[in-house]
Amino acid sequence: MTGRIASRIAAAALIFFAGYAALFIAPDEKTMHVIQRIFYFHVPSWIAMFCAFTVVFVANVAYLATRNAKWDWLGVAGAETGVVCCTIGLITGPLWAKPVWGIWWTWDARLTTTFILWLLYICYLLLRGLIDDPEKKSTLSAVFGIFAFLDVPLVYVSNRLWRTQHPQPVILGGSGSGLDPTMSKVLLVCTLAVVGVMIVVLMDRYRLERLRHEFEELQIEVESRIAEAPAIARERG
Amino acid sequence: MNTPRAAAILLAKELRLEFRTRELLSATIIFGLVVVMMFSFAFDPTAAESRRYGPGLLWIAFLFAGSLMLNPSFAREQTNDTLDALRMAPISSFAILLGKMLANFIFMSLAELVLVPVFGVLYNVSMAGIVWRLILVLALGTVGLTVTGTVFSAISAHARMRELLLPLLLLPILTPLLIGAVEATAALFTEQPALDRMWVALLAGFDIVFLTASWLLCDYLIEE
Amino acid sequence: MPASRTTPTSSVRPFGITFEGVEKRFGSFLALRGVSLAIRSGEFVALLGPNGAGKTTLLRIAALLAAPTRGKVQFTGATEGSGDRATGLSAKPMIGMVGHTTLLYDELTAAENLTLFAQLYGLDDIPAKVAGALDSCGLRTRAGSLVRTFSRGMRQRLAIARALLHGPRLLLLDEPAAGLDRQGLAWLATTLARLRDEGCTVIMSTHARNESLELASRAVSIAGGRIEHDSGPDGDPRPLLAALRAEA
Repeated sequence: MTGRIASRIAAAALIFFAGYAALFIAPDEKTMHVIQRIFYFHVPSWIAMFCAFTVVFVANVAYLATRNAKWDWLGVAGAETGVVCCTIGLITGPLWAKPVWGIWWTWDARLTTTFILWLLYICYLLLRGLIDDPEKKSTLSAVFGIFAFLDVPLVYVSNRLWRTQHPQPVILGGSGSGLDPTMSKVLLVCTLAVVGVMIVVLMDRYRLERLRHEFEELQIEVESRIAEAPAIARERG
Repeated sequence: MNTPRAAAILLAKELRLEFRTRELLSATIIFGLVVVMMFSFAFDPTAAESRRYGPGLLWIAFLFAGSLMLNPSFAREQTNDTLDALRMAPISSFAILLGKMLANFIFMSLAELVLVPVFGVLYNVSMAGIVWRLILVLALGTVGLTVTGTVFSAISAHARMRELLLPLLLLPILTPLLIGAVEATAALFTEQPALDRMWVALLAGFDIVFLTASWLLCDYLIEE
Repeated sequence: MPASRTTPTSSVRPFGITFEGVEKRFGSFLALRGVSLAIRSGEFVALLGPNGAGKTTLLRIAALLAAPTRGKVQFTGATEGSGDRATGLSAKPMIGMVGHTTLLYDELTAAENLTLFAQLYGLDDIPAKVAGALDSCGLRTRAGSLVRTFSRGMRQRLAIARALLHGPRLLLLDEPAAGLDRQGLAWLATTLARLRDEGCTVIMSTHARNESLELASRAVSIAGGRIEHDSGPDGDPRPLLAALRAEA
């Protein structure tokens, strides 16, 4: 209990500090000025997203290997958290791009891959919602999750190859495009903060799923006691 | 009973079932034709730009028609629980999956055999001299489509709204296949047709990755 | 796996089945709660109980169509564990099942259905076996008709013939009398009597009167996912069976 509260306070504190750093500590960027500061949450949200989706992949494989429901809970927690991070990324991106480059969106490799990722994991969650039997739900969504994860590098590669043939404007410079040292530090802090929040949210979601499962177990126990009650009463005479 | 032989027996069963009624095949072909027709109204096929869009439209027609055709693949086995009968037989899960993949590949290829000439006529594309290379590209794309489509048919057979779910699951996953197939086809439709090795390699890579994944995960797809 | 299968004419290869603490859960519904039952080779077990008692679930687990959530199912000569997801390829040719549904392809003919499964089970001399099976269940004249055109009784007969085609040593029947007319019931009783004499292990679930029950050497009743009464491998099943008849 105290561990949970402590981690939440730590994450909140980190985010506040990160926000402060992004707004006030980081130097002003030459061309984009204030708008550029979105970068300090935009890039970390994508890093957090990749972390979350990697967790989903590991959870999917582990579930199929062990059939332990814990992995299924982790999978759904990771997917939901990842989708949220991805959504934040997809929203902050255009918000940044429009004032700076004049366009909302472009189909470069990275953006396209991220968009497809977003679709795939929404489909993962949708699939889970549409299957009633719990074991089938866990198993089949795990299979789909693995397929989705395997698809991502292929999507990226195919988009990169396509882009060399049909050049598109590149919105985001690479992470290695020469950042001012203070900017790098602020970015690091923001990344840690966002990933920290993502982990806290993910674990909360995992706990929710576990509680749901425990509740079901209790329901079964209660029902079976009720069913046995007449027999026990008879035995007692 | 070894897997290839069991798959062949099941393939024969699928072919027999389909060719008795030919419902699925004709519906798929007609739907593909409808999509191609719609595109030729929406984008005037005689304009030069439209010829550039041709390969894209062709493959979109295949993907749409395919994702409708693949749905009944496993859904049909729920009538009378025939899938249970297959699962009780001493054959591997992969044999069951493979039999369906092969059948779907054949049906899809037959549909393409009709749609490609129609497309050629509407978009004034001459197939002379590129036939074999075009067949290679079509085959690689169709393998990817039917392998992933059959797997997702097995998945969505257990879900509600499966007619909507299957295309929804399938089409995003097929993005690399769509790009690769369209580019490879476009390369063949130019003034100097050439087999673009890069895209062919991508298509082959896609097929190998997902065929392997299907083989590794087939037990989870077929089990109760 | 034997390379060739011949129609069994004499009892061979003992094949029993043991359930140890089998539990089956579907989400929050517990269909079977700790069922332990040892069935020796050659026993003819009548599985009694109301609808929803768990008879179908138990039979499906025995047929390797479902895996128990907890507990184990073991066959003589082959093992199936609860955590072990192996397909039990070695046990499958020994098992035949007649289920709630026909397990037949409506859009194939009777002969095509039987031929398909004969091929999948790796039988030899298939045309003869298929013809023999169709003769036995009285559907020889309808061999070339689609199953879709069959009456309920005919479909059930074909379903039973399909289950027996590969000469199983363990026969699982889930309400096999459903839909059968008097002739069909007589044929079922004769066939089961022959199988029993050949030493086949039979588990037949029913909740209605069925003359084949006379053949039972053991009666087990299930309710609420648990075994209520078991006449035991050496006991007398008739009291339990009589109770059933009284209800009907």
